[in-house]
Amino acid sequence: MDQFANRKIYVGIFILLIGLIFTFRLLYLQVIDSTYKLSAESNSRRLEIVYPARGLIYDRNNLLIVHNQPSYDLKISPFELEAFDSTELCEILNVDIQTLRDAIYRVKKYERERRNPFIKQLSPETFGKLKEKQYKFPGFYFSERTLRKYNYEIASHLLGYIGEVDSSIIKKDSYYELGDYYGVSGVESTYENFLKGEKGRRYKLIDVRGKEQGTYREGRYDSDAEMGKNITLTIDAELQQYAEKLMKNFEGSVVAIEPSTGEVLALVSAPFYNPSLLVGRVRQENYEALKKDSLEPLFNNATMALYPPGSTFKTANALVALQEGVIRPTSSFGCTLGYYARGVSMKCHSHKQPLELVEAITNSCNAYFAHTYKRTIDNQNFETTEDAYNAWRDMILSFGFGEPLGIDLPSEKAGFIPKSSYYDRYYGKGYWKAHTIISNAIGQGEILTTPLQIANFAATIANRGYYITPHVVKDIEGVDTLSREFMQKNWMKPDTSYINYIIDGMDGAVNGEGGTAHIAHLKDIVICGKTGTAQNPHGTDHSVFMAFAPKENPRIAISVYVEYGEWGATYGAPIASLLIEKYLTDTIAPNRKWVETRMLNSKPTNKKEDEKKY
Amino acid sequence: MRRSINILTNTDWLSVFIYLVLIVFGWLNIYSVNFSETDPSFFSLENRYAMQIYFIIASVILAIIIFLIDSRFYSFIAYPLYVFSVLMLLAVMVIGKEVNGAKSWIMLGPIGIQPSEFAKLATILALARFLSGYNVKTNSPQTILKSLGIIFFAPVLIMLQPDFGSTLVYSAILIVLYREGLPGWILILLLFMAGIFLGTLMVSKFIILIILISAAAIAFFILNKNLKNFLIVVLVLTVLVLIGVVLKYFELIPKNNFLLLFGALVLSTIFYLIRAITAKIKHVFPVILFLYLFIGFVYSVDFVFNNILQKHQQERVQIMLGLKSDPWGYEYNVNQSKIAIGSGGFLGRGFLNGPQTKLKYVPEQSTDFIFCTVGEEWGFLGSFGFIVLYIGLLIRLIYLAERQRSKFSRIYGYGVVSILFFHFAVNVGMAIALFPVIGIPLPFMSYGGSSLMAFTAMIFIFLRLDSTRKAYLI
Ligand SMILES: [Zn+2]
Repeated sequence: MDQFANRKIYVGIFILLIGLIFTFRLLYLQVIDSTYKLSAESNSRRLEIVYPARGLIYDRNNLLIVHNQPSYDLKISPFELEAFDSTELCEILNVDIQTLRDAIYRVKKYERERRNPFIKQLSPETFGKLKEKQYKFPGFYFSERTLRKYNYEIASHLLGYIGEVDSSIIKKDSYYELGDYYGVSGVESTYENFLKGEKGRRYKLIDVRGKEQGTYREGRYDSDAEMGKNITLTIDAELQQYAEKLMKNFEGSVVAIEPSTGEVLALVSAPFYNPSLLVGRVRQENYEALKKDSLEPLFNNATMALYPPGSTFKTANALVALQEGVIRPTSSFGCTLGYYARGVSMKCHSHKQPLELVEAITNSCNAYFAHTYKRTIDNQNFETTEDAYNAWRDMILSFGFGEPLGIDLPSEKAGFIPKSSYYDRYYGKGYWKAHTIISNAIGQGEILTTPLQIANFAATIANRGYYITPHVVKDIEGVDTLSREFMQKNWMKPDTSYINYIIDGMDGAVNGEGGTAHIAHLKDIVICGKTGTAQNPHGTDHSVFMAFAPKENPRIAISVYVEYGEWGATYGAPIASLLIEKYLTDTIAPNRKWVETRMLNSKPTNKKEDEKKY
Repeated sequence: MRRSINILTNTDWLSVFIYLVLIVFGWLNIYSVNFSETDPSFFSLENRYAMQIYFIIASVILAIIIFLIDSRFYSFIAYPLYVFSVLMLLAVMVIGKEVNGAKSWIMLGPIGIQPSEFAKLATILALARFLSGYNVKTNSPQTILKSLGIIFFAPVLIMLQPDFGSTLVYSAILIVLYREGLPGWILILLLFMAGIFLGTLMVSKFIILIILISAAAIAFFILNKNLKNFLIVVLVLTVLVLIGVVLKYFELIPKNNFLLLFGALVLSTIFYLIRAITAKIKHVFPVILFLYLFIGFVYSVDFVFNNILQKHQQERVQIMLGLKSDPWGYEYNVNQSKIAIGSGGFLGRGFLNGPQTKLKYVPEQSTDFIFCTVGEEWGFLGSFGFIVLYIGLLIRLIYLAERQRSKFSRIYGYGVVSILFFHFAVNVGMAIALFPVIGIPLPFMSYGGSSLMAFTAMIFIFLRLDSTRKAYLI
């Protein structure tokens, strides 16, 4: 007989045991645990994202600058795909059949219910053609988004552009998903959180073929897309437009500020580009081209370029010297076509002499400010040169130099006012004094500032001693007050009583006898200005001009940089005066038309450096 | 004594009935998965449910043919069929059509045949024929080795296709060998090896080595029953390990715990062997032999897993063991399958009414995941009924096998039971996330002509043998 017959029992028990385990597992999955029932519901409904339109952007006079236009992405829903005429679709989309096949394969294999666009931002013609024949291509559908549209094609650097999020942004902020857009630069970036709005959600029931069968639970969980907040800029669109017109031949920048509020009225970085170039299907191609351009049109000179301030800096040095008591307004110094001392020589141009402070500013006398700076740095009231230098630096910083001002635009630069340790490293501790660093007297040497800082300095003088952090946004829809930095006065350290000498000097420079910027003179408006020449180690010097107007109750402060413009008076002063005239009178007087014509028709060239400028 | 042969009265109609219920139920579920209002016409060959009807008709015809043939024929045909199926498995490697990365199909015009489905039948027939031979002692080592030789030919070839699932099916034949007298300790050893196999994948080799050494020490103590010998063993190893730790601290040997412990073990082994000879201590040799065999096994598992298994197979095993998470890959299948089954609830969503099934969230739902539809549309009630029916069929087949007077019929019957059981357990276990995703069909339920016809042939050959159990003693 079969000695192993009893083993049938164990085999039977084993099989029954498995059956029992399966039964309990099923009991758990189907009856006890309810999580899977809920998951099934989420499987048979579909989440559709409704994309919000971005907030609109207005100028200070409520002119609409930036709004939105619809754009359509073509998507594929793998469940709804049926046989279709692929040749026809390829013709409409202008893609080859392999691209289409690959896309369908990808969608079917990997994406299941996640639905990435097959083609992004269809051109209006393609969209029109396809919309008509959409019934022929089940499983292909459109997803609407909005793109930027510019009423005024201006202020490219200030407005910034919009790009697609990358993985690093998605990681930082869970709001974003692959394929979303966000503000990459300018106001679009700084105010992204207000402009972006809130995405809406629609839950749709879907049937056998994945087609919509109405809303899920009567739309209880749906939410509408919420449009982004509208933003009002401090920019005056017309002034900005005029400034761009004047700067179109130049490289450089214009920054105009309303002194009493710190509101930026115009901010131009030349060369600029048409912001519409970075919208839609053409964006990538244009972006690459702009990026490759040797003139760096994507770079915002106004807040990011570092230039020596040139002679505009003399006014700052004067204020410090007055505060320290090393000169008085009546102090006068001689000038023999320059400043010559042991080991130091600094040329000056021909003017009457000796000069007192106001006249020295008017004539921009290098010798006067060399003397002043020497007294400031070699001041016997301080124990060491270093202490004197630090006191000077401290006051210079109070004008807003050497640190980013904190404008509401990304990547603002700090400029450079060296610390004493910088010179210690360079020359050795105790081995440098005023003459070593005498270039600082006239805003050359190591000192670097941004055009924004110069405009802000002009505003400080216009305000008789304080500035309000410059900003480009005046109002955000639904937000009551702007950030506190944009309200509070930042007082300069030198006493404000000295400022009138500076203002008088700047008045003289434009309106006085022998002034360096006489070309900026207007008949009815008193412009106070200061020319400068920013030394350029790579060629012809840059033309610099800072100004404000009117002299009493100033409404505009401005800085103009024109690269290779050589003299402050050549380009900087005329451009600034035209902008001031335009802003304050809304027009250019007929007798000044020639200035405008000259600016529109000239183009400075970068001559090889052959002579020293001063 | 004259034996009356009335095939029809001796046929086990209960098994036939369960078979018919299963194929009809299977078809209903395939219909539910693939049904759509826009389908061209019911009998169009584009529809899987229509195709399955043709397969069912063909299977029924096949079953009738099987019953018309003399039952002695099946013993006679066993070896030729076995050779033929091995040739087919070789042929598929050459002329096979590649589907989903595996060369499993031979195309005869529009009809595709999967030789691996028929090879199972051929293998258990051949095994039954061999074990039922005269003078074959089923529990002798030579017989077991020869049996393994018969069993392993097909799976090795199927592994090369590669079809991992169908390969594993052959391990079920161990049940047949067990029933026929495979020594229990071999089974225990195999189970222990399976445990070590999983352990190797789940924890580091270092921990496995600690476990093996501890097990060897305990085994030695149990066998030797001498506390002094046991303590010496433990002490020697501990001292060597401590020396190793000191050397490691001064960076005189590589910083590798496994190597340190293994080195200490090898050195102490030499000591034990010398002491075993000089002091005449028993049991040292076998314990050490098994310990090293297992260490070798751990290494080969590691090697097989990393070098022989394909990436997706490794991942499936890792996901199953909770070592890896991959919600959009294989875990997706399992997860969707759980959702489908779970959403069925107690009563189910009703025939043609399962949204998961409809929306095809579960991949391969007519074939490997057909049980999802059962769970979703027929609920706990339906799936419980299905399990009762299936287990009932298997128990019934065991009962039938046991009542055979012919050894051939009994062994073949157990072969059928073990293959069906393995398919059932792995397929359903995978759908309810108890087993890794291994793509094998659910017999009589899954869509597919080859598998349906092969399983039909398998079970009806047995029922045919059973129907003449009183007539012949083969
Ligand atoms: Zn001078």
